[in-house]
Amino acid sequence: MNAIEFDNCSILFGKDSKHALSLADEGMERPAIKEATGCVLGAHNASLSVAEGEIVVLMGLSGSGKSTLLRAVNGLNDVTRGDVRVRMGSRMVSVPDADRACLRALRLGHVSMVFQQFGLLPWRSVAENIGLGLELAGATPASRRARVDAQLAAVGLDGWADRPVAELSGGMQQRVGLARAFATEAPILLMDEPFSALDPLIRSRLQDELLDLQRESRRTILFVSHDLDEAFKLGNRIALMDGGRIVQTGTAREILARPANDYVADFVSHLNPLDVLTASDLAEAGKADGSPLPADMPLKQVLSALADNTACPVAGGGVITRDAVLRRLAAA
Amino acid sequence: MARLTTRLADWFAGEKIPVGDTADRVFDWLTVNASGLFDAIAAGMQAMIDAILWALITPPPLAVIAVFMLIALLLQRHWLTVIGVMLGFLYILNQGYWEETMQSLTLVLASCLVCMAIGVPTGIALAHRPRLYSWTRPLLDLMQTLPSFVYLIPAIVFFGIGLVPGLIATVIFVLPAPIRLTQLGISSTPVALREAATAFGATPRQLLWKVELPSALPQIMAGLNQTIMLSLSMVVIAALVGASGLGVPVVRALNSVNTGLGFESGMVIVVVAVMLDRMLRVRRKS
Ligand SMILES: Nc1ncnc2c1ncn2[C@@H]1O[C@H](COP(=O)(O)OP(=O)(O)OP(=O)(O)O)[C@@H](O)[C@H]1O
Ligand SMILES: [Mg+2]
Repeated sequence: MNAIEFDNCSILFGKDSKHALSLADEGMERPAIKEATGCVLGAHNASLSVAEGEIVVLMGLSGSGKSTLLRAVNGLNDVTRGDVRVRMGSRMVSVPDADRACLRALRLGHVSMVFQQFGLLPWRSVAENIGLGLELAGATPASRRARVDAQLAAVGLDGWADRPVAELSGGMQQRVGLARAFATEAPILLMDEPFSALDPLIRSRLQDELLDLQRESRRTILFVSHDLDEAFKLGNRIALMDGGRIVQTGTAREILARPANDYVADFVSHLNPLDVLTASDLAEAGKADGSPLPADMPLKQVLSALADNTACPVAGGGVITRDAVLRRLAAA
Repeated sequence: MARLTTRLADWFAGEKIPVGDTADRVFDWLTVNASGLFDAIAAGMQAMIDAILWALITPPPLAVIAVFMLIALLLQRHWLTVIGVMLGFLYILNQGYWEETMQSLTLVLASCLVCMAIGVPTGIALAHRPRLYSWTRPLLDLMQTLPSFVYLIPAIVFFGIGLVPGLIATVIFVLPAPIRLTQLGISSTPVALREAATAFGATPRQLLWKVELPSALPQIMAGLNQTIMLSLSMVVIAALVGASGLGVPVVRALNSVNTGLGFESGMVIVVVAVMLDRMLRVRRKS
């Protein structure tokens, strides 16, 4: 079941968006459209679905439209054409068509968000920040307290409840941001480069914590990142964006094995294929002797099998040759 | 050539733009048609002034001083300020200006109440309507730059003499300050904070109360501080329309060229100004 569906979603910033859209449909790029109409192409004909419980990472260079697309999910950006649908219980709700009450219900209980610059209210304490979503929904202070305390414990900030957030370090502030997003118990989480402002050690620790939290509570996460390692670590699937368009969607393996174009190939070029690819990715038609290697065997282990044979059969058909692997590694 | 410029100048002077006449006509029209409104305003202001004055004059001075010290303590949590407030009031008592000071404080407090009650909501409304704000800015500039004496004339026409016309002239002169600062505070709320609250489902009203107003609080408090200082600066001018208070001895000293009296009463005004400023200073820890 899908939790989020982008359906040919186009987002333009500016007045003459009709004309700009038709230019975008003709395949014109962002700078040319800006020149001709004054409109900025945020995203164009983006289609993507995120299954319940899945983590999908939106990736791309700065300005490729990741945030723009993400912010359409909770209505922070208006959709110019196409649709974005979000699961609310048993039905899918179209965000562009939602009325005010529906949009508010969506934000209060179904979609929450974590921001790159944290977005915490500096005059409030840690607990008051975490309880923000519940407070906006009208929960009484007493009923908020229990949930806030649980979240404080979950992100390892117990004992900090009554401190002003301004006193906290960046890493701790983003923990507050995570706790605030988790506190509303919204099943869908939007995260816009939540860890980019943090130093590498803290970043990697928070990534692990996020994975732990996600395992426990099975949220659906749409995550924006421009860090390839982060994307491959967190994402079940990755959607690569360029100039407002999604150029390829797939698992890390799929993207590395079959990059859709040069931009994608360039993007993933400094990833180590040994860490990502498996035997079936490099299998070719043909036959070889010996016991077949499992299709999902990591390339590293395939290498040691190929040390003794020039070719090995792969379970499910095909063979993997020493030459093919060497060629692939040389290309990286 | 010379003849031409002379004729041009003559023609120019002959066709005087009727600024004064228009103002006259507007005020005449208002006196005839809106006297009911002005009477109602005057009655309301008078009631407020009477209430504040009663609260300041009736208790013994030492009790009033204690209350002000308590307020200073609650607002600043700083012992030096509290002691300063005490010394300031004792100095006033010593100089024999207690009643005049209370009358002037009444004017200042009343002006604060009116200016903040009108200024803060207006500032919020203007911050949410940038277009309207750019249109009202010339009006705000005019209100602040027109010499404050000018307000005294219509104030007398509509409200007679006493504390009420003094208050009205003060309010017109001071009002732009809290409007401006509130507008500035609200419109400089970081977009990131506004978006975060929106993303968590804040309604426009919740956004105002939970994000914009807390974020604008330092500026709003600065507006209050300015309101008080500007109101105090109007005390002497208000005395010209018969508002009792610290301005009266200053004006008397001026009329009789009495340097001693002038300095004595002037110093009291300074002491009041310093005390109020220290009491209401905003220090935000961040
Ligand atoms: N509110 C807006 N008004 C006008 N243009 C906008 C707006 N928001 C984004 N854009 C433009 O849309 C394009 C895509 O921006 P977006 O923020 O989605 O990029 P991004 O992929 O998130 O980049 P980054 O990694 O820098 O955050 C950019 O050219 C940006 O200038
Ligand atoms: Mg972004």
